[in-house]
Amino acid sequence: MKSVIAEDLVKTYRNGAVRALDHLSLDVEEGTVLSVLGPNGAGKTTCVRILATLLRPDSGRAMVGGIDVIKHPEKVREVIGLSGQYAAVDEILTGWDNLVMFGQLYHLGKKQAIARADELLERFSLTESAKRPIKTYSGGMRRRLDLAASLIVKPKVLFLDEPTTGLDPRGRQEMWSVIEELVKGGVTLLLTTQYLEEADQLADEIAVIDHGKVIARGTSDALKKQVGGERLEIVVEAHNVSKTMEIVASISGNKATLDEGLRMISAPVSTGATALIDTLRSLDTEGIHPLDVGLKRPSLDDVFLSLTGHAAEEKTTEEEVPSGRRKKAKK
Amino acid sequence: MSAFKDTMVITQRQLRLLTRVPEVLIFSTIQPVMFVLLFRYVFGGSIDTGQPGGYVQLLMPGIFVQTVAFTLAGTASGLAEDLKKGLIDRFRSLPISQSALVIGRTLGDSLLNIVVLAVMGIAGYIVGWRPSSGVINVAIGFIFLLLFGYALSWVGIYVGLSASDARVVQNVSFIITFPLTFLSNAFAPTTGMPRALQYFAEWNPVSTMVAACRELFGLENQFGATAGSFPSENPLLTSFIYMLIIMAIFIPLSVNKYKRAAD
Repeated sequence: MKSVIAEDLVKTYRNGAVRALDHLSLDVEEGTVLSVLGPNGAGKTTCVRILATLLRPDSGRAMVGGIDVIKHPEKVREVIGLSGQYAAVDEILTGWDNLVMFGQLYHLGKKQAIARADELLERFSLTESAKRPIKTYSGGMRRRLDLAASLIVKPKVLFLDEPTTGLDPRGRQEMWSVIEELVKGGVTLLLTTQYLEEADQLADEIAVIDHGKVIARGTSDALKKQVGGERLEIVVEAHNVSKTMEIVASISGNKATLDEGLRMISAPVSTGATALIDTLRSLDTEGIHPLDVGLKRPSLDDVFLSLTGHAAEEKTTEEEVPSGRRKKAKK
Repeated sequence: MSAFKDTMVITQRQLRLLTRVPEVLIFSTIQPVMFVLLFRYVFGGSIDTGQPGGYVQLLMPGIFVQTVAFTLAGTASGLAEDLKKGLIDRFRSLPISQSALVIGRTLGDSLLNIVVLAVMGIAGYIVGWRPSSGVINVAIGFIFLLLFGYALSWVGIYVGLSASDARVVQNVSFIITFPLTFLSNAFAPTTGMPRALQYFAEWNPVSTMVAACRELFGLENQFGATAGSFPSENPLLTSFIYMLIIMAIFIPLSVNKYKRAAD
């Protein structure tokens, strides 16, 4: 059974000048995780807001938990949990205050609300800071509390809108393990993200969206196959370029390409680190010392480049800068 | 029934905020008390009111009304802050009565007013304010003030939902409340104003409220309102009508705006 169905959703802002969703359709099978992957402004948040009853689409149809979102928003609200880009909790109140308040708003009795708050704080490792105001929490703690607030009544369908955007790597790891826990518990999850890695880690299926439309859909493996796997990238001095290209081509079994401005040779590889080591060995035997070397995994940019022909961030195409080197630095 | 409970939970939240950040309560009372002292001792000596008991008798109703008028700004900026933080989204995604949040907030802000008015009353008493009309009339006067604050907090809801930024909300609120409180009979006689402003001041809800409170606190002197005009003859009735009009316009407007906050 499909827990979430969106059909032909259209949403425009400023009297049609901005088209946030352009006939977007997607669905999520019960008990699975769909990751909606796309750059800023692709329509991810708008999509989540419509499904979570916060926004009415201009046209189209949406069902959550078998209930029509537009006709019966109040019923949909009983079966969903939403955790947004911002930690939507009261910063002045303590973590405990917040959860008890939301519990009461979910119509648990006061006692039950308190019991549930304690339970969730424990589960999200927030018991120690339960009685501190949220504004003293770290970014990761806030997100966990926000997530806890969306789980008070065990929602059938959970929407997480960019749950790790803005978190440091540790916060992100913690958030991931919490989400993985939930997924094991069998919740149906729709998660939006800008990070391919995140979608990869958490989702059963990925829907790539751009300009308010789903442009590709499939498992992470299928998408990656479409994009191509890892690439080996090597920068050498000018007089070593041709020899290096030969080596790279023979080891990778693929045609090596050259970025002349950067003197960067690259080729897709299927054996990852092994190919890297083999290449370095051969270069060493030839007495060639690379200036820079790296393995690049496909990123959201690559997914976008291969699917749409434009980069995830429009800016990078305008600058016309080959982005390989900068991306390597990120890893 | 559950709508009522939801509303109470939100009201409790408003009150809990006060206990968590006592500074809010302290500063919301220090400001009006400061006004009492400043006006009492700066203008009190130089304005000849002919009022037994002195300027402070006329001043206190004025300051009470000014203070409850500022509820508008408090409600508006609090709501704008919630909106910015995404808290409103969370509330709107809950299976609760959609108007509970706004009603709860207006009630909570009114409860804050009770505390503030009580503190001001005590401060006023210390500097010589002595209402002469008996406990019941004074109590009615305070209820009237709370109602006025409540009506204005609905305007605050609308302002808070309409503006894009909490700082803009502060400014808009003050642009609304400052002229209203000063182009009135609250602090000085209106007879010194240019003719056009005098008319405005006379029909200004702040003036009618101040006049109504003065009447309820047992004062005859209305600071030179033109004799014979409807609001100055019937300040209580006029004020009451004003409150009803404000609520009749802004409650549906605000609730509607809240429900569509994101569209």
